[in-house]
Amino acid sequence: MEMYSETVLRYYELPPNKSKIPGADKHAHVDNPLCGDEITVYLKIKGGKIVKASFEGQGCAISQASAAMLLESIEGKKLADVLKTGEKDVLKLLGGAITPARLKCAFLGLDALKKSFSEQET
Amino acid sequence: MYSAQQVRKDFPFLKKKTSKGKTLVYLDNAATTQKPVQVLRAIMEYYEEKNANPHRGIYELSEEATEEYESSRAAAAQFVGAESGEIVFVKNATEGMNLIANSLASAFLKPGDRVLISAMEHHANIVPWLLLKQRKGIELDYIELSPDGTKLEENWEKRITAKTKVVSMTHASNVLGTINDVRAICAAAKEKGCYTIIDGAQAAPHLQADVKKIGCDFYVFSGHKMLAPMGIGAVYGRKQLLEEVPPFLGGGDMIRRVERQNAEWNEVPWKFEAGTPNVEGAVGLKAAINYLQKLGLQNVRKHGEKLTFETLKMLHAFKHVRILGPENTKEKVGTVAFTHAKIHPHDIASVMNEHSVAIRSGHHCTMPLHQTLGLAASSRASFYAYNTLEEIERFGNALEDAERIFGVK
Repeated sequence: MEMYSETVLRYYELPPNKSKIPGADKHAHVDNPLCGDEITVYLKIKGGKIVKASFEGQGCAISQASAAMLLESIEGKKLADVLKTGEKDVLKLLGGAITPARLKCAFLGLDALKKSFSEQET
Repeated sequence: MYSAQQVRKDFPFLKKKTSKGKTLVYLDNAATTQKPVQVLRAIMEYYEEKNANPHRGIYELSEEATEEYESSRAAAAQFVGAESGEIVFVKNATEGMNLIANSLASAFLKPGDRVLISAMEHHANIVPWLLLKQRKGIELDYIELSPDGTKLEENWEKRITAKTKVVSMTHASNVLGTINDVRAICAAAKEKGCYTIIDGAQAAPHLQADVKKIGCDFYVFSGHKMLAPMGIGAVYGRKQLLEEVPPFLGGGDMIRRVERQNAEWNEVPWKFEAGTPNVEGAVGLKAAINYLQKLGLQNVRKHGEKLTFETLKMLHAFKHVRILGPENTKEKVGTVAFTHAKIHPHDIASVMNEHSVAIRSGHHCTMPLHQTLGLAASSRASFYAYNTLEEIERFGNALEDAERIFGVK
């Protein structure tokens, strides 16, 4: 089915960036108590660029895969550009049609990313 | 002979096709049920012929509306073995629980008094007490679950202490399906001088609840979980207690006299019904009760047991599935909750949705129960009068497909 494309399932099963960054410049944790999904985002920033982005978490395939894909996509990007990342970008990464009930899952990683920017100064 | 196929013909909703072009397998009846045409027609006829504000006008129409409303009260009363004067209409079981908790607390509870509930309660029987904990300083205690998490712990009686003033318990769990021995619970609570409240939202649609046999002070149920429209529910209260406790909501209809600085309440049960009531809902509830009684609630129950049995059997074939709640169909209402070791409940529900199978995933308004079971969420299928064995088969096929998509071996 569309929502669970091969790519989404691959990122869910084997996320390339599921780890903690010790001494991360930014990090933030979000959860969705409705289903128990959790994401903690870690960012390493150098010269106004994201040099490394990773996450830890647990939950459904959509929440975990979208976090993995989103964080992979921002690596190497300028901070100013990453700040502009929005829901549309996440949906584009996920490819398939995310049903309305699952949007919260899809945006959990994005929420964590945004929170990491708002919570601490570099 | 009970025929679910025959029953289905009365439900227009069940004939519709989903966006996938398939008929919907609706297995979320513990959340809400579909409505038979008899209920829909009754509501239509009420508005076409009898709509007016009851208890107000002297004109004939208002009397007819009053008659419709009050005869619905009589039907609801008879449905749970009560008298008309002991039934208060509310918008749903949750409002009923809030009414009872607040009225009881106003009359009888002091700071430090303890309310005993169980670890399998719906939020409707937790949050009203937590609000009273903040406002009034009451304390909340829990009867724990058996080690396998399927029913109340043995020796639950010991949880009723000298400080316990209220025992408030669900008749049947909306997740585990577990039917509690509410008769024994009420008897033990009475012996210690406690007020007793039974949440019948899940049990009333399946079991022939009899409030006098149960021996409770209060019993609550919701119309929309038993073929009636949303927005109507009922509270049974022992007449003497309804007389003793103050109203919950104030306004029109619930008063006898209002002066600038004082008011006198209307008689029971109207003293608890403030504002223009939901007459269409009450009329729909009466039609739903009539419909269920024609089918025979014992037949609906037997049918539910069969569906539950087949579902449990089907789920046993999946080695990664863990069933929550009892597996003896006699010990539970038609609700089967489960988790899958390899697939998150939300992902299961999404794949089911692709197959036009509607099951529920989440915490089902029982976060403390899920915490007790060490889970964040679960999946739940729940049945009612119109579900069929073919639908259980489609549910099983969809679960197989979920395993295929997620590469579960």
